[in-house]
Amino acid sequence: MSRLEQAFAAGTFVVTAEIAPPKGIAVAAALAKAKALPEGVTAVNVTDNQGANMRLSPLALSALLVREGIEPVLQLTCRDRNRLALQSDLLGAAALGVENLLLLSGDHARFGDHPEARSVFDLDSVQLLQAVSGLMAGRDMAGKALNGVPSFFVGAAVAPAAEPFDLMLSKVNKKAAAGTRFFQSQAVFVPAELERFMLAVRPLQVPVMLGVLLLRSANMARFLNANIPGVQVPAVLVDRLDAAVDPLAEGVAIAREMVQAARDLCQGVHLMTLGHEDKISAILAR
Amino acid sequence: MIISEQKSKEELLAAIDGKARLFLVGCAACATACKSGGEEEIFRMQEWLASIGREVTGSVIIDEACHIMRAARDLRHHQTAVADADALLVFACGAGIQSISSNTDQRVIGGLNSLFLGNIRRLGQYEEKCSLCGDCILNDTAGICPVTNCAKGLLNGPCGGMEQGRCEVDGELDCAWSLIFERLKRQGRTGVLERPVPPKNWGKVRKPGRHKIKA
Repeated sequence: MSRLEQAFAAGTFVVTAEIAPPKGIAVAAALAKAKALPEGVTAVNVTDNQGANMRLSPLALSALLVREGIEPVLQLTCRDRNRLALQSDLLGAAALGVENLLLLSGDHARFGDHPEARSVFDLDSVQLLQAVSGLMAGRDMAGKALNGVPSFFVGAAVAPAAEPFDLMLSKVNKKAAAGTRFFQSQAVFVPAELERFMLAVRPLQVPVMLGVLLLRSANMARFLNANIPGVQVPAVLVDRLDAAVDPLAEGVAIAREMVQAARDLCQGVHLMTLGHEDKISAILAR
Repeated sequence: MIISEQKSKEELLAAIDGKARLFLVGCAACATACKSGGEEEIFRMQEWLASIGREVTGSVIIDEACHIMRAARDLRHHQTAVADADALLVFACGAGIQSISSNTDQRVIGGLNSLFLGNIRRLGQYEEKCSLCGDCILNDTAGICPVTNCAKGLLNGPCGGMEQGRCEVDGELDCAWSLIFERLKRQGRTGVLERPVPPKNWGKVRKPGRHKIKA
């Protein structure tokens, strides 16, 4: 059983962080960052060509983390792999000691650095969850028996603030029914939106980690609002960052407030600090 | 109908490089309707080619350029003009271009990009609603095709990029799943929103395509 699964089972407030594989093969910096994470961080997400920007394989970096004694959450998207490649990578991940997964549809290739790429989307995230359940039951998607069966702790993404709300919720329900053991949310900056979502998903009994994104500046917030689908920073917060003498410190304060909201409403937080991993302790401070 | 558009003049220039004499082929069906390869466009192409010092040996608008035998017959009718040309410049969809190329050993240059199977909103305004995937799931998705209308072709609901019912790839477009959601709501049912859709059978894509209607 992974430490992440144990932490949820024990009912503790779970914290995960995130590192991006390098563009290139110089993995030392990413590994050093992961090693330097404070003690309260249970596992580290490894992003999968995030934003459709080509980087080193998250499976490779996850395996390196396992070797270092750090627990990864392997993110896997449906954008770049068909069902053969997904299943094959999943078996490879299990063989390399990767236990936690976050299964995603993936950002559209149009947003990335290879906009001419053909996106795959042979499966969607719900179907990928079902496929993982199948592998864990000893069968591949074609029904063939596996020689050596993997065991995973499987998570999926949710977008608590998306509208129409009931439509978003129908997909959350499908993900839960397909075997999701935990949810990791998109960044939310309005506690009331989070509260509404948590109330709606309570019957599912699936732990939710709030996605907390560290805002470095008002410009970053404006960029997110204009360019990142599903992320909206309210004007009050943009104003706060604008007015701040030290915008990064203000961003840390905002993140800390969201972590506080999550302590009341959720089962954990997923911190997206984008290179400012040294701020994690401050964000987690009560 | 097959929606197509003319390649840019730069691309056409590069494609006809070194070809002094050209025979032009248009199509009276789709390419005429979307104003990429009809009577009028062939005439204008002829004028443009003349203006850049090319000779047009002749032209024909084939009734339906995708009709292989009809294309063969029309080329035979213009045998001399075709033989006189260094290349045939074809303003039809990819199917039409290949009707022509399968009926002659001469160089065939395509002048159009084929875009999609289109519904017509009004003349000049076309919408893609079907991808010809070979395994129709419209009966499962309230009559709206997510394979075509969702930017990611997701079969079990919207992605995390949906904002206010709009698509993450193009904020001017409705999210396909939001359209399905609205229709189901109007019909008073939950349908596909409460039922997982299994992975699609892409084995049904007939590629290379060959299909015979049984008698």
